[in-house]
Amino acid sequence: MNRVVAVLTAGTLAILPLAGTAAAQQQVHQQQPAQPKVLRVALTTGIDHLNPFTASLAASTQVGRFIYEFLTIPSADKAEASPALAESWTTSPDKLTWTFKIRQNAKWTDGQPVTAKDAAFTFNRMLTDETARTANGNYVANFQTVSAPDDSTLVIKTKAVQSSMDLLDVPIVPEHVWAPIKDLNDPKTDDLSVVGVSDGPYQLTEYKQNEYLKFKANKGYWRGAPKVDELQLLIFKDVESAVNALKQGEVDVINRLTPTQFDALQGQPNIATNKAPGRRYNEINLNFGVENNENKPIGNGNPVLKDLRLRKAIAQAIDPKTIVDKVMGGYGQLPGGVIPPIYTAYHWDPTAAEATKFDIAAANTALDQAGYAKGQDGIRVAPGGARLELRLTGHANRPFDQRTAQYVSGWLHDIGISVKQELVSDEELNDRTNAGNYDLAISGYATNPDPDYALALHTCAGRPNAEGKGATTDTFFCDPQYDALYAKQLTETDPATRAGYVKQAQARLYSQAVNVVLDYDNSLEAYRSDKFSSFEKQPQPDGSILEQTGYWGVYGAVPAGSEAVAADSGGSNTVLWIVIGVVVVIVLVGGGVLIGRRGKSADDRE
Amino acid sequence: MSQAFTSGQASALADPDERRGGTGTLRFVLTKVAEAAASIVLVIVLGFFLFRLLPGDPVAFMARDRPTDPAQIAELRQQLGIDKPVLAQFGNYFVGLFRGDFGTSYIERRPVLDMIGERLWPTVLLVGSATVLAIALGLWLGIRAAWKRDSFFDRAQTGIALTLWSVPQFWLGLLLLVVTNGVFPSRGMHSPDAGPGFFAQGLDVLHHLVLPCVTLLAVFYAQYMLVMRSSLLGEMNADYLTTARAKGLREDMVRRHHAVPNALLPTVTLVFMQFGMVVSGAVTVEAVFSWPGLGQLTYDALHGPDLPVLQGVFVVLASAVVLMNMLAELLYRVLDPRVRTA
Repeated sequence: MNRVVAVLTAGTLAILPLAGTAAAQQQVHQQQPAQPKVLRVALTTGIDHLNPFTASLAASTQVGRFIYEFLTIPSADKAEASPALAESWTTSPDKLTWTFKIRQNAKWTDGQPVTAKDAAFTFNRMLTDETARTANGNYVANFQTVSAPDDSTLVIKTKAVQSSMDLLDVPIVPEHVWAPIKDLNDPKTDDLSVVGVSDGPYQLTEYKQNEYLKFKANKGYWRGAPKVDELQLLIFKDVESAVNALKQGEVDVINRLTPTQFDALQGQPNIATNKAPGRRYNEINLNFGVENNENKPIGNGNPVLKDLRLRKAIAQAIDPKTIVDKVMGGYGQLPGGVIPPIYTAYHWDPTAAEATKFDIAAANTALDQAGYAKGQDGIRVAPGGARLELRLTGHANRPFDQRTAQYVSGWLHDIGISVKQELVSDEELNDRTNAGNYDLAISGYATNPDPDYALALHTCAGRPNAEGKGATTDTFFCDPQYDALYAKQLTETDPATRAGYVKQAQARLYSQAVNVVLDYDNSLEAYRSDKFSSFEKQPQPDGSILEQTGYWGVYGAVPAGSEAVAADSGGSNTVLWIVIGVVVVIVLVGGGVLIGRRGKSADDRE
Repeated sequence: MSQAFTSGQASALADPDERRGGTGTLRFVLTKVAEAAASIVLVIVLGFFLFRLLPGDPVAFMARDRPTDPAQIAELRQQLGIDKPVLAQFGNYFVGLFRGDFGTSYIERRPVLDMIGERLWPTVLLVGSATVLAIALGLWLGIRAAWKRDSFFDRAQTGIALTLWSVPQFWLGLLLLVVTNGVFPSRGMHSPDAGPGFFAQGLDVLHHLVLPCVTLLAVFYAQYMLVMRSSLLGEMNADYLTTARAKGLREDMVRRHHAVPNALLPTVTLVFMQFGMVVSGAVTVEAVFSWPGLGQLTYDALHGPDLPVLQGVFVVLASAVVLMNMLAELLYRVLDPRVRTA
């Protein structure tokens, strides 16, 4: 044991000189007149790649937004297409040729000018290289040719009319850096030598995988340098730890809070909270007899749900207001179609006549009339003789699903339907829903500023193939009327007319009761008000800071003043020294005592 | 624990050459090595097929909440090699292993071996230092408690150890985070603000190490303490201790030089088994403190599921346990003459 103590003592003594050096460095650091203004963001989701061609996870695409500029980006005020690299754009009369005018005052961080040739290179690489299509391939699937007749003109010809052309969510990369790279799967494409050359508001300067990312303000950014000198994304695997870090001033901004965490942070000193409309909808899918993309029935859904009258009665027996108030703690918005109200132009709410209002009595009456008689035990029996027993599946680890399942079971019981809750792991749920093995499933999706994605999730083409794989569907919906409306909005370039089709498509989906939208989640965020006075939100004035489709939040961050930042870093360091001091004293004293005792007992040796 | 040795003993006993010395030991060693090698091959085969039973579709995971068309998805499947039959995938995997190729991660598209390598050091640092401290603390407390059996110290220490042993690790970690109130960093192993240079970086890592290490230590030490305590209690009434006391040795010496060395034997196996587990990390503690170790890698990989990473981690962990188990058996033979000659 004494040896252990001796080793510990030696180890501590060995560290002391290092401590001195670090303290000296810190001292020098603090004496500098201007502390850099640092924005520290807690990142609670993973990063797969920095390479913008292959980066798929949400946090990775967000990094791409901070460092790269796009042709156009969703505006801060309304999240609608606004100029970025492209100052303006025009379409040909047949709407097949798009001409973008590229601004001439943008520069890559290595000093080279950003030109239309960079944009043409980016899109052409995606057209010719499979790997380059990994992340954003769907945007170029319909492209015929892309060319840059001169440095300020980009011309894209499409095979068919494509309405998403004014919001291509594709970061533009520098040709002189990326052209020599032959294999885009090469891990080197995640290195600073490659992704460190960019033209967005921030430039990546350090990437410690699984730990943090560090950026510096791009002084040459064409919109002007951000007010924050340094941006740090700190990776937290546990949201609760991240909340604690915010309270203790270790991070400045955090998002993806649960209602409970959000409530707990309200009223805390130096912390401001931000509740914003979110991009996500929650829903319950009804297995109406789903089929794969070859129109072959799949899965083991209860056939009774093929009856639209039964589905409508179920929809009528589900109360979104209770879900928002009780499950979401009030932090959600009441539903309409599958596009949340954050996208005002495309959001659809049913009229009073169309709406399925929560009404248990009316649902019971409707089922009585449809011939679903109640049995002795209060459970209804379908006209064919089958008892109305449905399975409800959802995520076992998500509090939303657990509580929603309780409420829904209760309501459905009230209309004579027995519900068996089957909450399972995320992976198992994915497998079950992909294979159609469910009756009722709690689901949900995040949507984009362009409505195409949210609508495509319900098209015939979105359904999986015979192996349960292939495209991405949400509801398995396949309806000629819906698909026709979907196709019309896809090829309509007049914004108002397109929005009309988008709303009609949502109305059609709603009328078939293949899903019941429960709510749109609010995006719940919090930040250190002692460090930052404001952020640019999207949309304005009540939008979110981090959960944006753009860089506005971190670009428009306004520091509250440099004193607070400087005082804090000094403070935590002092405490560190006290702690190290205490540890050293304990080890020295403990070691001394033990060594002394060893000396005393020397006489006793055999 | 003792069953682990029976096969070794049996083969030694059955060997008529044993009394002649060297050959028996060599044969024993070779048998153990062969057994370990066979276990590892079994692990590789089982690992591959077991993970194929996991629910989840890596491509669906990657395509979630993101506009993707069927052509993109088909391409992803082909790039990941999961469009091929399972047996063909296994063939490629098995052949690759012999070239040191553990495959490529589905999610990060990097060689699995690189990813494991990056995560191994943080885990060994965290779990290794916690284990070493836990062994030191556990053995020391175990000896004191046994020697003063039924005293207040004994009862209090056993009570505390049992309580900490049953406390969930993540809860203890979060509690420490709140209680220490920002004295120690709450995430990761490095701070972006640490100065340059080896010294500043080293200090920064130590600063980050404190909380997760203390959390693990608090949970780990109990088993060493309890094993040591019961093992020493078993020795306490032995005749050789009476002899030692009769020689007039101080109680302290009797404990340190006579009782403890004998009582240490059962803990040797425990220590080696635990060292095998060192690389497996501590998933929950790594998650609470966002420690970039193997436990976290496994947790993240399960969510994909990122099969090549899971398989790679499984093979590395299982091999570490098998190898440490083998070393424990060999070492026990050296330490305890009774195993050799009984």
